[in-house]
Amino acid sequence: MDDHAKVQIKGIREGLLITVRNDDWSEAKAALQEQIKEQSEFLRGGRLILDVGNHVIRAAELGQLRDMLTDDGLALWAILSNSQVTQQNAQLLGLATRINKPSPERTTHTIETALTGEEAVLVRRTLRSGYSLQYFGHVVVIGDVNPGSEIVAGGDVVVWGRLRGMVHAGAEGNQDAVVCAMDLAPTQLRIADHIATTPKQRGKPQPEMARIVDGQVVAVPWQPKTK
Amino acid sequence: MTNKVITITSGKGGVGKTTATANIATALAVDGARVVCIDADIGLRNLDVVLGLENRIVYDLVDVVEGRCRLRQAMIRDKRLPNLFLIPAAQTRDKTSVSPSDMVRLIDELRTECDWVLIDSPAGIERGFRNAIAPADVVVVITNPEISAVRDADRIIGLVEAEEKGPVRLVLNRLKPELVKREDMLSPDDILELLAIELIGIVPEDEKVILSTNRGVPIVLDGKSQAGQAFRNIATRLAGQNVPFLNLEDRNGFFGRISRMMRSGGD
Repeated sequence: MDDHAKVQIKGIREGLLITVRNDDWSEAKAALQEQIKEQSEFLRGGRLILDVGNHVIRAAELGQLRDMLTDDGLALWAILSNSQVTQQNAQLLGLATRINKPSPERTTHTIETALTGEEAVLVRRTLRSGYSLQYFGHVVVIGDVNPGSEIVAGGDVVVWGRLRGMVHAGAEGNQDAVVCAMDLAPTQLRIADHIATTPKQRGKPQPEMARIVDGQVVAVPWQPKTK
Repeated sequence: MTNKVITITSGKGGVGKTTATANIATALAVDGARVVCIDADIGLRNLDVVLGLENRIVYDLVDVVEGRCRLRQAMIRDKRLPNLFLIPAAQTRDKTSVSPSDMVRLIDELRTECDWVLIDSPAGIERGFRNAIAPADVVVVITNPEISAVRDADRIIGLVEAEEKGPVRLVLNRLKPELVKREDMLSPDDILELLAIELIGIVPEDEKVILSTNRGVPIVLDGKSQAGQAFRNIATRLAGQNVPFLNLEDRNGFFGRISRMMRSGGD
């Protein structure tokens, strides 16, 4: 494959979509750089959407790439990736990870998986303000979920830490989804189509589980026997 | 020394980035180090005013980047301390006139010239902020004991951590110990619990800071000010020495009581 086949540039409504298809990331990066240098006149001032395929890329590396593109007068706006890790890293930097509504085939997949409830993602870090985690299955966080961050999960959400951000479990409509946390004090808690907020007056923090009972979101102490 | 380039940032505006930069830089320079501070807030420069050097600006950061002058020519020597320099921001341009890699190149040139480089970041998380953190060895995040400032600090810490920009340190500015005592203000413990990074200084609220800013004389040069002492301590900690935190609650003496009485009377 020549460089032009590895790196495709096309204009779409949201900006310039650059698709990188290469097995080796450093080679892909070099090819990308070359393409941009070659076509710098045409590209200058553009808003870029970079589709990196299956590559797993660290946040710092994405940051470098964005800074490099800045030098060429290009603004990196979104990263599209098949890798959950790369998507999360892009979100950490405040980059978009989807350009419009999720594609139809993905949605179908989402609903099926959410109902069987088998797939989960484990996040072992503090979710800071501005961080958004979206996953079609269950989400488990080891760490705090700070105010200003959000978790949207197709299934359940379990937080081994303080939950203070916005959380939406059963986002695809699963009424049986639950939200558990060592200290359950989210800015807003949603399960399926129900919304609740944390009461102002709270006792001593204790592990709690929120679920829908008779059409209302209720939180009960989260103990080994609670199902 | 490897940790010599320090970027001071906050996310939210008005929490004291510029004041902190001016004071920490001055404190380091008083101890004899060669210090350069850079105002990265292109278009909204302030650091020159706080240092009292406004009328000496000939060349600025953008002039250096665009090659209109040499780096040395843009370094303004401080009035009081011969080993303290300022590279001012351009006032008539905007953040896009400098790129993150321009900053890295410029700071690399400075590394051999001085002991410390302090970069005063603009508010926000956009280009100006990225320019400011690109060359940083250490990032100092300033926050106030207010929910909005702490929230923004959290966001900033997340961004800096993602970019793997060396250690992140916290300075808590404008704390009012009386209010914390009455549980009317977020306490340092509340803030640290949320942000979970190393604290390197708590600066108490001090009216003299406003005066010093207006006069262009950093508060660290005032031996009597508690805020000045707090900034001197931060400089010492950045230089790698341990100093105990100020006991801000030690104001139960006569003056402490008087000032509290007057304050509650005023409300």
